[in-house]
Amino acid sequence: MKETTPLANKESFTSKFSKKLRNAIFVDGATLKSTAKAYLYLLPALIIIVVFSIYPIFRSLQLAFYTDFNFFTREGFETGTDNFTYVLNSQTFHLSLRNTITFVIGVVPLTIIISLMIALAIHSVAKGTAFFRSIYFLPHITSTIAIATVFQWIFHTQSGILNYILSWFGIDPIAWLGHPDWAMPALIIMSVWSNLGFGTVLLLAGLQTIDKGLYLAAKVDGAGKWHRFTTVTLPMLSPTIFFLSITSVIGSFRIFGQIFALFRGPGTANSALTVVYFIYQQFWEVRNIPRASAAALVLFAIIFAITLVQMAVGKKLVHYK
Amino acid sequence: MNIQLQNLTMAFNNNPPTLKGINTTIKDGQLASLLGPSGCGKSTTLMLLAGLYKPTEGKILFGDKDVTNKEAEHRGIGMVFQNYALYPHLSVLKNIMFPLKMKKVPKAEAIERATKMAKLTQIDHLLDRKPGQLSGGQQQRVAIARALVKEPELLLLDEPLSNLDARLRLEMREEIRRIQLEVGITTIFVTHDQEEALSISDKVILMNDGEIIQEASPLDIYKTPNSIFSATFIGSPPINMIKDGDKILGIRPENLKPTAEANSKFSGTVTYRETIGRDTLIKVKCGENTLNALLETGDIVNFGDTVHLTAEKENIYNFDASTGRRV
Repeated sequence: MKETTPLANKESFTSKFSKKLRNAIFVDGATLKSTAKAYLYLLPALIIIVVFSIYPIFRSLQLAFYTDFNFFTREGFETGTDNFTYVLNSQTFHLSLRNTITFVIGVVPLTIIISLMIALAIHSVAKGTAFFRSIYFLPHITSTIAIATVFQWIFHTQSGILNYILSWFGIDPIAWLGHPDWAMPALIIMSVWSNLGFGTVLLLAGLQTIDKGLYLAAKVDGAGKWHRFTTVTLPMLSPTIFFLSITSVIGSFRIFGQIFALFRGPGTANSALTVVYFIYQQFWEVRNIPRASAAALVLFAIIFAITLVQMAVGKKLVHYK
Repeated sequence: MNIQLQNLTMAFNNNPPTLKGINTTIKDGQLASLLGPSGCGKSTTLMLLAGLYKPTEGKILFGDKDVTNKEAEHRGIGMVFQNYALYPHLSVLKNIMFPLKMKKVPKAEAIERATKMAKLTQIDHLLDRKPGQLSGGQQQRVAIARALVKEPELLLLDEPLSNLDARLRLEMREEIRRIQLEVGITTIFVTHDQEEALSISDKVILMNDGEIIQEASPLDIYKTPNSIFSATFIGSPPINMIKDGDKILGIRPENLKPTAEANSKFSGTVTYRETIGRDTLIKVKCGENTLNALLETGDIVNFGDTVHLTAEKENIYNFDASTGRRV
């Protein structure tokens, strides 16, 4: 037997301890040198995230409480909660919130349902899945300005193709972009269309992971097409649908660019004024940065609360493997 | 319900047929095995019986009803899939109830029937679990209960034991037989494992290359193989095949007996010896052939010994070397 002196034991104890400590700090096999190198690679992205995301979050939190603020010198003096009181009591803010909620309720279900229908159609074609997937992904990578420009033509009251098609059914020309009642539907149509690419590709990927055997089993168990859809496709796709619903709710609450591009303003009689547009107006038109910050925080709180509710509901409805 | 296959042919997208016009009848209440190597057409036959594939030619009769063009969801059969295909988001009870829900059976009755099936398959203590929380053997039992709950007249099993470990395979194979006899249902069982087929079937349908080679009871197919394929596919350790002019002699290892030199048909040196429990297997090099012989307890043979072997005339099968058929 090999003899072990107390000293050797002590050494092995300290080396064990330092090893444990190293494992706690570094990932398997990482050394101080390799970790420093990794930080160096992470640094450029980290700087950009800190400057454009992290810092503004804290800065807006601070700005929102200034009741006396100089727009030009960016200096704040007195603080209080007046900005929140203003925003929460503002008729315009209420309108913008109603418009935003209408938009979200219109866009999210339509995006998911239509994306799912397209994904199912692409999934059922025997050949050319990759081709169709690429085609339907195009809207996602097309610039908002380009999409809005095309839709301005589609929605044009006199020469637009949409009104031309509607005329076949005897429907009089609609002032899609000019009339306050039609601005929101027009915005929803365009947004659904530009969201379809992402939704379709995501759901298609989800469909491809479903075990084909489940469909055969359901068939043998006597399930027709509809029941196979409800007992196999929907539950197996629920994590994907859930993910899509969370990202599109958050994305839709942040709607701004499309409005700016489509209406070149908040729409007739503020008919397309959303919360982010309201924030933009407070910032650049009213030049009240603290008030814009307060509105942004209110929007953040709303999105956060809705996401929490979605997570709670999702826990019950979503099946994870 | 008798099941009849008439000239059943299946070709996928203009490929050469995977099933070349097979004819057979499975009698009411029998357990029949479709046995063969992979690609022999046994799974295709099962899919055709289920209605999940449609044949290129030929007919399938359930009793006297022609079901060839009937969709799977209307055939009213029970099927157990190789990977069980349980609905992962549904509890065991809801999985078993699903076929009844599709038949619009009232809920209370459905729960009662599903619970009864769960008792038969001995999983009634797991009804609230999800399939992901069950072991392979338990999932298998759920799949069997789900297949049987609508009281079908035909049960199809697609390699149901291949995902289980060796011990569980033995247990589940007995369970399948027990349940099948208890319910008295006509059952068709697909397997590539000859031992499985021989152990639980009333009838073995041996297939190769899209054709039925032989169909018989397990004992008959073992004792009277009609071809080289049949003889070599069935039996473990494998049958000895000895070339003798334009004939090939087949002798099962347990039929080769040690004997005195004067009576011997084959003599050679022992090149290998293993004893597993009560069986001793030796390999004997006789000229260009190496023969397997299973010895009885009491025959003491050691590595390197010279042994003399013989076999009864009725235990030597003669095959035509060119056609591969028994003569």
